[in-house]
Amino acid sequence: MISVEGLTKYYGERPAIKDLAFQIAKGEVIGFLGLNGAGKSTTLKVLGCVLAPTSGKVTVDGYDVGENPHEIRKRIGYLPDTPPVYDEMTVGGYLDFVARLRGVKASDARARVKAAEAKTSLTEWDDAPIFSLSHGYRQRVGVAQALVHNPQLLILDEPTGGLDPVQIVEMRELIKKLKGEHTILLSSHILPEISQICDRLLIIHDGQIVAQGTEDQLAAAAGAREGGTIDVEVQGPAQKAVDAAKTVKQVSAVEVTPIDAQRVSLRIQASADVRPEVVRALVQANVDVFKVAKSLGRLESIFMKFTQETEAA
Amino acid sequence: MNNVLLIARRELQAYLRTMLGYIIVATMLFILGVLFNAWAMSGTAKKSAEIIADFFTLASGCTLVTSAVLGMPLLAKEREKGTIQLLFSAPLRDWEIIVGKYLSALAFLTVFLATSFYMPVLVMAYGKVSAGHLAAGYLGLVLVGSVGAAFGTFSSALTKNQLVAVVISLVMVIALTVFWFLARITDRPLTDAVQSMAWYAHFTPFGQGLVHLKHVVYFVLVTFVALFAATRVLEARRWA
Repeated sequence: MISVEGLTKYYGERPAIKDLAFQIAKGEVIGFLGLNGAGKSTTLKVLGCVLAPTSGKVTVDGYDVGENPHEIRKRIGYLPDTPPVYDEMTVGGYLDFVARLRGVKASDARARVKAAEAKTSLTEWDDAPIFSLSHGYRQRVGVAQALVHNPQLLILDEPTGGLDPVQIVEMRELIKKLKGEHTILLSSHILPEISQICDRLLIIHDGQIVAQGTEDQLAAAAGAREGGTIDVEVQGPAQKAVDAAKTVKQVSAVEVTPIDAQRVSLRIQASADVRPEVVRALVQANVDVFKVAKSLGRLESIFMKFTQETEAA
Repeated sequence: MNNVLLIARRELQAYLRTMLGYIIVATMLFILGVLFNAWAMSGTAKKSAEIIADFFTLASGCTLVTSAVLGMPLLAKEREKGTIQLLFSAPLRDWEIIVGKYLSALAFLTVFLATSFYMPVLVMAYGKVSAGHLAAGYLGLVLVGSVGAAFGTFSSALTKNQLVAVVISLVMVIALTVFWFLARITDRPLTDAVQSMAWYAHFTPFGQGLVHLKHVVYFVLVTFVALFAATRVLEARRWA
C-alpha cells in the first residue's frame, strides 16, 4: 500500500526527516511514535500529499507522490494536527463540502455524510455550527471529514491531541471501529494509547526511524539490553529495607526518597525484573510493603530506551 | 470547474455568515455616500450625465478599495486556522482554489454595487439619465472590482496575517493609482506608457457611458496576472 525509500525533507537548512524508509501493507494500523519535533507530522504530511518532499521515493497504492498526487489524494483521508474545520459552517454542511471536494457525487454526498456522522457519533450535531462545538467534538468532526469519502487510507495526525481522558477512550474506540475498513496511519507522543490500537509501531526520533515492530518485538528488543527499574513504597526503617533489597543478587543500586515520617520510596535498579524477589526479601526482613511497580510503563521504557540510545550515539 | 464553484460557494457563504464582509461594505458605502453628497451633488447646476460621471469616478475608487479589502481573509485565514491543509490534501489544482476564492470576493462585491445603486437612481428620478450610461458604468465597476478582488486574493496568498494581507493589497491599489498622477508630470512618450498602466485612465470612459474593448482587455489582463501570481505563490506554499 505504502512504500517509502530515502525520504528526506528540509525546512530551509534544517532537515526535518532524513532518509526514511518503510513499507506499510494494506489494512495495517500503524502508529508513528515520537517526541514533538521528531518528524512525525512532516512524514504524515508528505504521505498525505500536503507537503512536497525534498528527495526520496514515496508511492501510495502504486502512485508516486511527485508524479500523481491527485490519484493519491482521491484515496486518502487526512486529519492534520488541528482539525481543519470552518467555524461558521454547520457540521453537516462542512462534511458535505469536504465530500464534494473529495470527488463524491452531489447525489451521494448526503448519504456519505450521514454514514460518517453515524460512525463518529455526530448524528445529532448535524445542524450545529462548528464554532459551538467543544474541542473533543471538533476533533470528531476532523475524523469524520477524513473518512467521509470512504478512503482506503486514513492519515490521522495526533487524533487524541488535547482530548480529556474520557474523550481519548472514545477516540480510541472510534479508531478501533475503523480498523479493517481502512489502512490507518496515526501519530502520537502519548504512548499507551498507541499500543492498544496499532498492529505495528514506528518509533521516530530526530527525523529517523530508530525502531519498528509490534509492541512485543520492541519490548523484547529493548528488554534484551535493559534491566528493570522498580519503585517500592515501604514502611519501616529505611536502612533495613535497603539492606534487604540488596540481598537480591541482580540488584545493582538502591536509591531512597522519603515520602513522609513513616514511609520511604525505594528506586531499585536491577539487571532483570526482580519484583517478586525484592518483595520476598523485604517481607522476610519484616518491612511492610505498600506499593510495588515497574518505574515506567512498558511502552514508555521502550520509547525512552530507543530515543536515549540515539541521543548517546 | 466544478471544484471552482464548490470553493466559491463555500467562500461566499463564509462572507454571508460572518460580519467582516458586511462591515467592509457598510463602511465603504457610507464613505461613498458622503463623497457623493459632498462632491457630485454640490456646486452649481449640473447636467444629470455629469453627476453620474462624477458618481462613477467616486464609486470606482470605493469599489477598488472594497474589493481589495474583501480579499483579506481568503487564503490568509485558511493558513492561520490550518484549514488550508484540507484544500491541499484534496484533489484540487492550485488555480481552482485561487479562482474559486477570487470569484467569491467578486460575488460578494455585488452586495456593495447593488446597495450603491440608490444614488444613480435618485439622479434618475429627478433628471435624465440613460440606462446605457448606467450599464456601462456598472460594467466598469465590476471590472475595477475584479482587479481589486484579484489583488486581494494575491496578497492573501502571501501571508497568514490578515492585517498584513490587507496592507499589501492596499499598497498594490495605491501603486496602480500612482501611475495616473505620474502621467501628469512626465513628458511624452513616457506619459503614454505610464498612463496606459493607470487603472483610472481606463475607467474614465466607462464612467462617461462608453465601453471600449481595449479598456475591458486592460482590466481582464491585470486580473489574470494577479491571479496567475497568486497561483504560483500557493504552489510554492506546498514546499514550505
